[in-house]
Amino acid sequence: MPAVSKGDGMRGLAVFISDIRNCKSKEAEIKRINKELANIRSKFKGDKALDGYSKKKYVCKLLFIFLLGHDIDFGHMEAVNLLSSNKYTEKQIGYLFISVLVNSNSELIRLINNAIKNDLSSRNPTFMCLALHCIANVGSREMAEAFAGEIPRILVAGDTMDSVKQSAALCLLRLYKASPDLVLMGEWTSRVVHLLNDQHMGVVTAAISLITCLSSKNPDEFKTCVSLAVSRLSRIVSSASTDLQDYTYYFVPAPWLSCKLLRLLQCYPPPEDGAVKGRLVECLETILNKAQEPPKSKKVQHSNAKNAILFEAISLIIHYDSEPNLLVRACNQLGQFLQHRETNLRYLALESMCTLASSEFSHEAVKTHIETVINALKTERDVSVRQRAADLLYAMCDRSNAKQIVAEMLSYLETADYSIREEMVLKVAILAEKYAVDYSWYVDTILNLIRIAGDYVSEEVWYRVIQIVINRDDVQGYAAKTVFEALQAPACHENMVKVGGYILGEFGNLIAGDPRSSPLVQFNLLHSKFHLCSVPTRALLLSAYIKFINLFPETKATIQEVLRSDSQIRNSDVELQQRAVEYLKLSSIASTDVLATVLEEMPPFPERESSILAKLKKKKGPGAVSVELEDGKERGELNGGGDRGGDAAIAASNASTPSPSADLLGLRSTAPVSGTTPSAGSLLVDVFSEAGPSATSAGVNDDGFLSSAPPTVASEDPAPPLPESDELLNKFVCKNNGVLFENQLLQIGIKSEYRQNLGRMYLFYGNKTSVQFVSFNTTVSCPGELQSQLNVQTKTVEPLVEGGAQVQQVINIECLTDFIDAPLLNIKFRYGGALQNISLKLPVTINKFFQPTEMAAADFFQRWKQLSQPQQEAQKIFKASHGMDTEVLKAKLLGLGTALLENVDPNPENYVCAGVIQTKAQQVGCLLRLEPNAQAQPGEQMYRLTLRSSKDTVSQRVCDLLAEQF
Amino acid sequence: SPGTVLETHCTRRQNISHIRFILIQNRAGKTRLAKWYMQFDDDEKQKLIEEVHAVVTVRDAKHTNFVEFRNFKIIYRRYAGLYFCICVDVTDNNLAYLEGIHNFVEVLNEYFHNVCELDLVFNFYKVYTVVDEMFLAGEIRETSQTKVLKQLLMLQSLE
Repeated sequence: MPAVSKGDGMRGLAVFISDIRNCKSKEAEIKRINKELANIRSKFKGDKALDGYSKKKYVCKLLFIFLLGHDIDFGHMEAVNLLSSNKYTEKQIGYLFISVLVNSNSELIRLINNAIKNDLSSRNPTFMCLALHCIANVGSREMAEAFAGEIPRILVAGDTMDSVKQSAALCLLRLYKASPDLVLMGEWTSRVVHLLNDQHMGVVTAAISLITCLSSKNPDEFKTCVSLAVSRLSRIVSSASTDLQDYTYYFVPAPWLSCKLLRLLQCYPPPEDGAVKGRLVECLETILNKAQEPPKSKKVQHSNAKNAILFEAISLIIHYDSEPNLLVRACNQLGQFLQHRETNLRYLALESMCTLASSEFSHEAVKTHIETVINALKTERDVSVRQRAADLLYAMCDRSNAKQIVAEMLSYLETADYSIREEMVLKVAILAEKYAVDYSWYVDTILNLIRIAGDYVSEEVWYRVIQIVINRDDVQGYAAKTVFEALQAPACHENMVKVGGYILGEFGNLIAGDPRSSPLVQFNLLHSKFHLCSVPTRALLLSAYIKFINLFPETKATIQEVLRSDSQIRNSDVELQQRAVEYLKLSSIASTDVLATVLEEMPPFPERESSILAKLKKKKGPGAVSVELEDGKERGELNGGGDRGGDAAIAASNASTPSPSADLLGLRSTAPVSGTTPSAGSLLVDVFSEAGPSATSAGVNDDGFLSSAPPTVASEDPAPPLPESDELLNKFVCKNNGVLFENQLLQIGIKSEYRQNLGRMYLFYGNKTSVQFVSFNTTVSCPGELQSQLNVQTKTVEPLVEGGAQVQQVINIECLTDFIDAPLLNIKFRYGGALQNISLKLPVTINKFFQPTEMAAADFFQRWKQLSQPQQEAQKIFKASHGMDTEVLKAKLLGLGTALLENVDPNPENYVCAGVIQTKAQQVGCLLRLEPNAQAQPGEQMYRLTLRSSKDTVSQRVCDLLAEQF
Repeated sequence: SPGTVLETHCTRRQNISHIRFILIQNRAGKTRLAKWYMQFDDDEKQKLIEEVHAVVTVRDAKHTNFVEFRNFKIIYRRYAGLYFCICVDVTDNNLAYLEGIHNFVEVLNEYFHNVCELDLVFNFYKVYTVVDEMFLAGEIRETSQTKVLKQLLMLQSLE
């Protein structure tokens, strides 16, 4: 039995846990659990009131069962009851149950909040902490609404206990992250910043997380924290290893706090105040010096804690990127770590050096470690370390060492782990292009790449080599010769066949003089691969064949024979068959001149950057990155901000292959293929499309390769509302909450409430994927005259939605006068590089501003008669599209917002309702009568709906809206 | 997708870095503690638990204590048959969290007098208290073992 089961040990719980552990099978476990659940249920339902101890024990058992992975659908109330116990152990179990099991939408939230409120005002530090931890763990909006005002007060109050302050600081951080609009720091800012001076190191440790978060959002308001952080850091760094007592960890003074302080400083540029800056530089130097001192302990904990600070300090030095001396010292220190026996340190040194390579001050210093890094790439056992080595080689690459690094990477590729091959391939491709002095080296490198790792060579890469070969006539002959040789290999990769087909089709004539590569030899070589290839490659080869007929008339008969064969001209693949038929026809009827015009050499591609670099440029804004990436800064950018070498490259390959969904959003409306001859008809475009038959791959081609316009430019404007948005709108006429929209990426939920002429709507944007949405932006607009009818205000949402996360947006709505149209909601974000652009109608309809009005029959009919002018009435007779279930109808009419008046209409089958629509300008009384002919056969059931109100537009609009509901 | 990893770097900000979850698992993959600091639904949690187990258990002592994991990273350390794993942002300080784990384990060891896996099973509700004392809202709350243990003993004495 465990050592701490004194006092509060729950015997029954221990017995139950033992029983579960002794179960021999899953079935036995389930049986035991069901028995226990039945027992607990009967105890909770029993007549006898349970004492606190029993309640605690049973709730704890339920929690255990839940944590085993079983559903728990009762006991919440008992857990909430425990919250108001004045015994710590009972309260603790209650709070724990709630933190683990109660979701924020629970109806119990009001009761829970009440208990929390009591504990927060109890002045009992233990209870206060429990309550704060619960808020920090649940962090729901409701809790933020209830407590965001109170917690800053607790945090800065003079008489608050230290432990409570710690909890309050982090609790506030959680609420701020979840509902930043509700946490208003304004008046507290200065006092919160001054917590950095608190005597209690634990308070500083907790508070600094809050301050860092707030600073990164509002750097100006919090900038006084810089000097405070520097002096705190300075005190820690200069203290002896035992000065800080409780906060010394294996002879290292306050390592975690030091790291947090250094991290906070990374929210800001270097301090402007000379004295502060001097003091900080001194701290950083001391930290670097300490790394050289003999260790005070042999324990790994000591060196880890010390190095945690060192790496954070280096991060700050890199962030400032202004102290050459410190940068070079940092680099030397990391250089030592590259050979350290601790794998962790080698890994971290490689990672950190990667960012140093991007600084002009330390780039050269990093380069001196090239041999060590190459060695790491070859010998490290942990693939993640090898990956870092590859990243670093990539980052340190420049003209002086490109050939060496590319060669090493290529040779590593032969044995590289599958998981990193694709990234390596991209890196090699980028470096080869970027630092190519002679293009034959470039061609060799890329063909080697295809030979070694063809499966990992994305379209991007082989498109690019073709593009370059076409644009450089000095390399065309060499390329044709090399690719011809490469194709001699008995087994060669399909990507090689593609490159070969394309290049020989264009430039085969340049090597045709050599009898070893005569036209017919070339053709036979290509055609020997034909049957091993996929459809797109075969399509490309067919295009190469027709080009051969043009280039080498002597091959015409042979090739026509091939085209004419059943396997081509009757190919079951429509695209291949069509190409065979058309090419055969073209070669038979077109004169030599026409053929030469049609199959003219491809014109040069417009000179532009590799799409890889284009992607980078887009990232930084035009002009920020020059094409010629010579100086260190930009190398850093290539390196994805310096942290992870290959990201840029991978992103680039992504950019060129938008997902099919992106294509649906109109991304293909880019400029057509440029440079084709004026006489080019659709056939020509087809002939020259290398990517093959299917519409999707042609689309990929347009976007990534042939068009110079960034694919998403065309759709930056808000998309028109989705066709189904009216239908979605109708779904919400009689209800306020639900899912408004959902596709594969995004779910939008709605919660709304209305009072008089005001409404508040909560939109919940859920990221259904496991990757981030970036540049997430939503706008609400009121088109046309709606602008003067509704006043809609929104807060902007965070531009980043984590995978699996949900962000919330609040929309405040004021109805100025009655209206017909709905506001438009436009959502834009980038998912995997592709812009998503969705417009919907926000379900704000005039009936939302109904106030129900109860009235007796006499009143109703009197008013009904008063509203007897023809324009005051709107009527519709329509077929029932759903059943005529009474309860459903009633629920819908209540959902409309009116009062459902019983015993008013003489015919009990009919429904009458009354309400007043509240707008800022006026109130519009509204009466409604719905008459079903329920007796009719299903399929012939009809309704007559009559609306009368003091305003004709209102009658009509409500009538229209409601008629869609039945 | 890797493209988004890049975006993480472009838009990287300090305030998004925090602990996403803490997991204690045994070699067989049984969860001994799961503490979540980010909203996940139950299925997602189960998936994460399985994935973490799969990536961590294949590694040996020669490997680093860090593994890339989706868009995050796992910092982990093995103690006897238990893996203590913390999932953090890729830009977070590896060694600080690695020692954060050790600090936590030393507290557990002191609190349970030579902690073993069974202590965590039978006292699961107390382990949550220890976690909340040391980590809150995905951040480090208290690092002093003396202070944490003093507080835990005080709570232990309450009835």
